[in-house]
Amino acid sequence: MQYNSFNSQLTLFQKLKNFDFILLTCILLLGIISAFSMYSTDGGEILFHSKSHIIKFLIFFPMMIGLSFFHIKAWHFFSYIFYAVILFFLFWVSLYGVKASGSQRWINLYFINLQPSELMKIAIITCLAKYYHRLGFEKVNTLQSVMLVMIILILPIMLVISQPDLGTSILIAASGLVVIWLAGLNIKYFLYSFIIILISSPFVISLLKPYQKLRILTFLDPGRDPLGAGYQIIQSKIAVGSGGITGKGFLKGTQSYLEFLPEKHTDFIFTLFAEEHGLIGSLGLLLIYIIIIYRVLKIGSISRSYFAKLFCYGFGSSIFFYVAVNMSMVLGMLPIVGSPLPIMSYGGSSMLATMIGFAIVMSAKINHKQLIS
Amino acid sequence: MFGENFNARKLQTINRRMFILGAAKITIFTGIFLRLFSLQINDNKKYLTLSDKNRLREWRLPPIRGEFVDYFDNIIASNSEVYQLHVTPEEVENFRYLMLRLKNILELSNREFKKILIKKKKQKSWETIVISDNLTWEQFVKVNYYLYDLVGAKPVISVSRYYPFADNYTHILGYVSEASKEDILKNETIKNHHVPGLKVGKTGLEKSFEDLLIGDNGVERYEVNAYGKRIKQIDYKEGEQGKKIRLTIDTEIQKLSNTLLKGVAGSISVMDIYTGEIIAMHSSPSFDPNLFLFGISQDDWQLIRNNPLKPLVNKTLSGLYSPGSTIKPIVALSALENNIINKDFKVNCTGKTEMYGQTYHCWKKEGHGIVDLKDAMKQSCDTYFYEIARKLGVDRLKVTANKFGLGEKVLQEVFSNEKSGLMPDTQWKKKKLGEGWLIGETLITGIGQGYTQTTPLQLCLMMAQLANGGHKIYPKITVNENDETYEEVKSLIEKNYKINKQINKGLNESSESLFSFTKEKRHNTLYKNFENIKLIHEAMFASTNEVRGTSYSSRIENPKYQFAGKTGTSQVKRITARDRELDLKTSEIAYNDRDHALFIAFGPYKNPRYALSIVIEHGGSGSSTAAPIAKKLFKLIIDRHKLREKVKNNKSLKI
Repeated sequence: MQYNSFNSQLTLFQKLKNFDFILLTCILLLGIISAFSMYSTDGGEILFHSKSHIIKFLIFFPMMIGLSFFHIKAWHFFSYIFYAVILFFLFWVSLYGVKASGSQRWINLYFINLQPSELMKIAIITCLAKYYHRLGFEKVNTLQSVMLVMIILILPIMLVISQPDLGTSILIAASGLVVIWLAGLNIKYFLYSFIIILISSPFVISLLKPYQKLRILTFLDPGRDPLGAGYQIIQSKIAVGSGGITGKGFLKGTQSYLEFLPEKHTDFIFTLFAEEHGLIGSLGLLLIYIIIIYRVLKIGSISRSYFAKLFCYGFGSSIFFYVAVNMSMVLGMLPIVGSPLPIMSYGGSSMLATMIGFAIVMSAKINHKQLIS
Repeated sequence: MFGENFNARKLQTINRRMFILGAAKITIFTGIFLRLFSLQINDNKKYLTLSDKNRLREWRLPPIRGEFVDYFDNIIASNSEVYQLHVTPEEVENFRYLMLRLKNILELSNREFKKILIKKKKQKSWETIVISDNLTWEQFVKVNYYLYDLVGAKPVISVSRYYPFADNYTHILGYVSEASKEDILKNETIKNHHVPGLKVGKTGLEKSFEDLLIGDNGVERYEVNAYGKRIKQIDYKEGEQGKKIRLTIDTEIQKLSNTLLKGVAGSISVMDIYTGEIIAMHSSPSFDPNLFLFGISQDDWQLIRNNPLKPLVNKTLSGLYSPGSTIKPIVALSALENNIINKDFKVNCTGKTEMYGQTYHCWKKEGHGIVDLKDAMKQSCDTYFYEIARKLGVDRLKVTANKFGLGEKVLQEVFSNEKSGLMPDTQWKKKKLGEGWLIGETLITGIGQGYTQTTPLQLCLMMAQLANGGHKIYPKITVNENDETYEEVKSLIEKNYKINKQINKGLNESSESLFSFTKEKRHNTLYKNFENIKLIHEAMFASTNEVRGTSYSSRIENPKYQFAGKTGTSQVKRITARDRELDLKTSEIAYNDRDHALFIAFGPYKNPRYALSIVIEHGGSGSSTAAPIAKKLFKLIIDRHKLREKVKNNKSLKI
């Protein structure tokens, strides 16, 4: 029985047949939409951002398909190493990283400026998935296990916060916590840590950078400084709101075209999209993300191996976090923290990390009957 | 190797918890959906407006000011093209560099340079600074040549006021200059039309008719980016030039007035005695209002301000003078109207008269002997007027004087600087000075001295209303659509004359109702008995055209030009006994102590049409200084009359 299902010897054709084409189509669609959006942010020309983004997608999308052929067992095998390497990169960054606009986040790899914190979003999931895969359920809530998991989680978070990059560290924490939660950690631990966070929050706030404090204050009342810190939220809301049902039309988003929108290539790409394509467009985009998340969770549910299941659930939930946090942020429902919209936002590391995630999910789909000992 | 050690509990847990998580996701996505719906559907209008407000900005263009023309449609205040240089700091990358370049190119002085830097600090960065409002053509070409290096500088072709007749219209038109904060606050119209560098009327008609003259701004609507940079023009609305205003003034007569008064302080007013049109109104000395357009230089300003002849004062309207003997026609008329005297009333003038121990002198030491009304007017005998003023009393005199326009503004609110003068009576003195009226004061009021103060324009109106047969007229300086014509006024006057005659014939109080009816009418009669007016006319005729008349030497014998007038010499200072002994000539007295010379006249005598008043400050006697001017003026006034008749129906303004 066990050996029957140990069918690692799928033919190439069988593997291709097992691909999740709905998921693949959605990712491709997202890539095309993002290319057009980037073209619009460049003012209707193929300039630096659109060119670079399209090239990255054209590299990373086939790469994702290629990586899908790696067996899920291989992913399982490399999980710890992957985590260790990225963690090492984070250390490296904190020492020798490339600085830009006040933070030190990047490693110069000559052909690409790699942002390891983005990759950590995936690595933390694979690492924890493997850990819990190997851990008996009865041991999940032992002190030893909880302490170890905490170290795995807190180490990268501290490194990323110190860059400083609040947005990414929050997303790493969310991704890690959701895996821990799914693995069955007792709810009381979550309650305890929640209380600890609440108590320590004044202390944490005092450690925040002035601009981070300002962002929180601004979120609470964007009108308090309309030309300063509240500017981004107000202009973003104006852009989205003025889009209406059908939007102002492709390349006709005045808010972005006339440069009222901040960071329209990255965090505020959804704002531009919603301005130009209105409610219909933004709901369409939201729908694509919902389908992607649904497919990823679905693959998790059919996976027979606990590692694959936990990874898919964790990664699906992470995508949900990215999308929800980004959209809530640009719609003025959350304070501004740097968080890109997967695939849509400009940024190579973010796209690379997301594509690696999708590759693992695809591998899980292809080998969904595979059990891992 | 580990076995497959994930057991049923592990699976159960992950599936249960995933379900909870899934529910949470659906909730959050629903929240995002609702937020999108509320922003893009419910508040769409609000955000669309905000987005337009973001991207659209309006620029108001300076409105083109309406022109002034004289009665013959000659432009007397025009708009000429000027070259200006504007800078909007927020459009400039490096303000200091730009300014240093401009300083070189325009050869600005250090003071001008600093002034601009100070201005920039005071203003908001998006407000335009006018670097220069009147570049020469050479400078303008130079700026355009270097424009590639002057990012943010805008050469502008603009229009500016120009007064082609320079100092001839200064006090009538006033001048324009850059609107001050106060101008903007006080006048809603200026506030609504204001653009940087807008020039508004500061004095005279330029100020009074600001609301009509200012015109409408053109508007340029641009799409701008987040930094306020203009991206493209969306809309353009052309402005509208302000209204053209036609004056009743004849430039030729105005120019002659200016020439005649060269070098002296004084004023000339000429008026149509029926229509009330002011034909000329000049105050001397004058100055060139063009000096004020682009900010007057300190030297020019000091020269004007410190001139002892006071060019800044509009003497026609705000100069207050004792009327002297020019009030005598009114005193005589008042006495006749009140039946104090008749035309045969005689007084023996011995050169002085005594009243309660005080001596009142006639201007002629030897006296005029026995004089009747006509002689007294003709020779301006003071003793005669002391006597009738005493009999008449100041209160009754004031009633008549008021009727004929003394003590009241002539043009009402047209000029903000017009003064109403003063015609005293017993009540006035009690109220203002808290003292009882003295009989001696009545005597000197009778010869136009004492408290009485009149403006030259009031004297002109008084003369006009006497000359037209004693009918009320309404002086004006601008031509309006619904003005009465000469014919209309004349027929109304004749009608009123007839009604008045009937009342006199009936001589009944019962016809009082009819009388009050005429009072309400325009151009109502200002007299009770027309014979009295006629007597005054004859007396004034004698004064100019008969031997021993005070202005006999200035007479014109040709009946076409023949005029009748009354001289006046008003004392500025009480004449002491010592002064009388010395009997100095005018030139021997200090300038500020010399008498004012006055003259009022109307003509042509046979069929009067125009009245004038002349005042020469410290000019000595009216007969020697003021009356000769009238002679020169009347020639031109009568000659111009025909031309005036030709264009009088040009009511519709040509634009």
